[in-house]
Amino acid sequence: MAGMHGGQVAIVGASETREVGVLPDRAMIQLHAEAALLALADAGLTAADVDGVATAGPLPLEVSHHLGITPRWLDGTMVGGCSFMLHVRHAAAAIASGAADVVLVSHGESGRSRVGVGGYRQNQASAQGQFEAPFGSVAPYCTFTVPALRFLHDRGLDRRALAEVVVAQREWAVGNPRAFRRKPATVEQVLDGPPIAYPFTREMCCVVTDGGGALVLTSAERAADLPGGEHAVYLLGSGEACEAPMMSQMDEVGSFGAFRRASAEAFATAQVSHADIDHLMGYDAFAHLPLYMLEDLGFVGRGESAAFIAEGNTRKGGKLPMNTNGGGLSYTHTGMYGMFAIQEAVRQLRGQAAVQVPDVQVSFVQGVGMFFGAAGSLVLSSRQP
Amino acid sequence: MAGGTVPVPTPETAPFWAGTLAGELRIQQCNACGRHYFYPRPFCRYCQSGDVTWRTVAGTGRLVSYIINYRPVPPADPGEPQIIGLIELDEGPRMLSNIVGVAPEPENLPLDATVRVEFEPRGDQALPVFRLDGEAA
Repeated sequence: MAGMHGGQVAIVGASETREVGVLPDRAMIQLHAEAALLALADAGLTAADVDGVATAGPLPLEVSHHLGITPRWLDGTMVGGCSFMLHVRHAAAAIASGAADVVLVSHGESGRSRVGVGGYRQNQASAQGQFEAPFGSVAPYCTFTVPALRFLHDRGLDRRALAEVVVAQREWAVGNPRAFRRKPATVEQVLDGPPIAYPFTREMCCVVTDGGGALVLTSAERAADLPGGEHAVYLLGSGEACEAPMMSQMDEVGSFGAFRRASAEAFATAQVSHADIDHLMGYDAFAHLPLYMLEDLGFVGRGESAAFIAEGNTRKGGKLPMNTNGGGLSYTHTGMYGMFAIQEAVRQLRGQAAVQVPDVQVSFVQGVGMFFGAAGSLVLSSRQP
Repeated sequence: MAGGTVPVPTPETAPFWAGTLAGELRIQQCNACGRHYFYPRPFCRYCQSGDVTWRTVAGTGRLVSYIINYRPVPPADPGEPQIIGLIELDEGPRMLSNIVGVAPEPENLPLDATVRVEFEPRGDQALPVFRLDGEAA
């Protein structure tokens, strides 16, 4: 039996919706369908070829039936915005074990226009509803942000470090016509922007958009016979981890254990080292997340992330280009950004990105979900080892 | 603080909320491993022992991290910034709360400042909130 890692499973189709941003003319489920059909066309396959479906948000049975797919394998793992990293990992295991041959992973969210989505109602008897929400932590910007000051304080940093993240990533977005925020930014402009939740100003918080994306995976063996095989992207390794369902209960405030565990497993299963990584996508719903990730994934030592970004290492020409679509902070963020991080990694590995980094052969994709609740990591490559 | 949602106790958390209504902060301690833990559940979060005891603690701790939320979500008053703080109790557990009795300005809120619990009515419940020590009401 083939293994799930080491390039034996491939992404053979990948697409976002035709546009991302403000799409009031499309319901959430149509964003799934649009991306899924484009990804299948990209792979040279049809819905009839799909026998596995994974999604988060709607149930996989809703997406399956909507598209006319009769799956024999379903995955509805929901751990927030990094669910799609876990879906890719689970799909690889399913394909390797023979539980599925062709898996569709889809995402669509009308995060801005709220078309075809139900209302959200807080469960006041849940642990979060009893022990966080009454104090005001009910939205992402007033929950996910709370640990950041501790991170900065322990490293002798201040909120300029957050602004530097925004400025570095905006540089990528300026050249990307699909990015939501494209105006060049300076550290002073970011710091002087409208305050949202100190230490965060508006530009340190992600955009809120509509859009979707989908991936089609199959075995590398089958990929070789497909029209999409020539631009196949191979899964070298992966990892997943979870921690607390409440931000206040994460094991350490200034470091995220699930980042450390998921990424360590991804590096180990991929059998690559940090020096092998040409490109990094790090889920950035807020500006402190790339700082946590660079340290927790081991790309830099403790306390070195802010200087690493400020010195330009993640910008064009830097040694570790990061969030090259502009990230959730500038490109797009529907509510579950993980799919878009994977899409940009695939584009870079295929040489098709809006702002292309030369010679990307190995990309690391790090997701986070549920406000420091879960993490998923993928190591993707343009070449089969 | 200017309002917000009201917690709904479950059978497992009811002693905590009965405590806040009585003006006491009650958390659980494991008799098997000795550790205090939060949030409430009828077994130890660390060793899963069911031999646990409710303790009334002093309600003193330190400010680990915080935000000043300039956009409170209704039913909280959107016009009054909230200080949402992470508090580590002297017994070890960490809990989210609000810092009260101080203007919402970063210079008033040094990390690691010692804090002390007090209680504010919220609907039919009472919320544990914290005040910087030395400024006790």
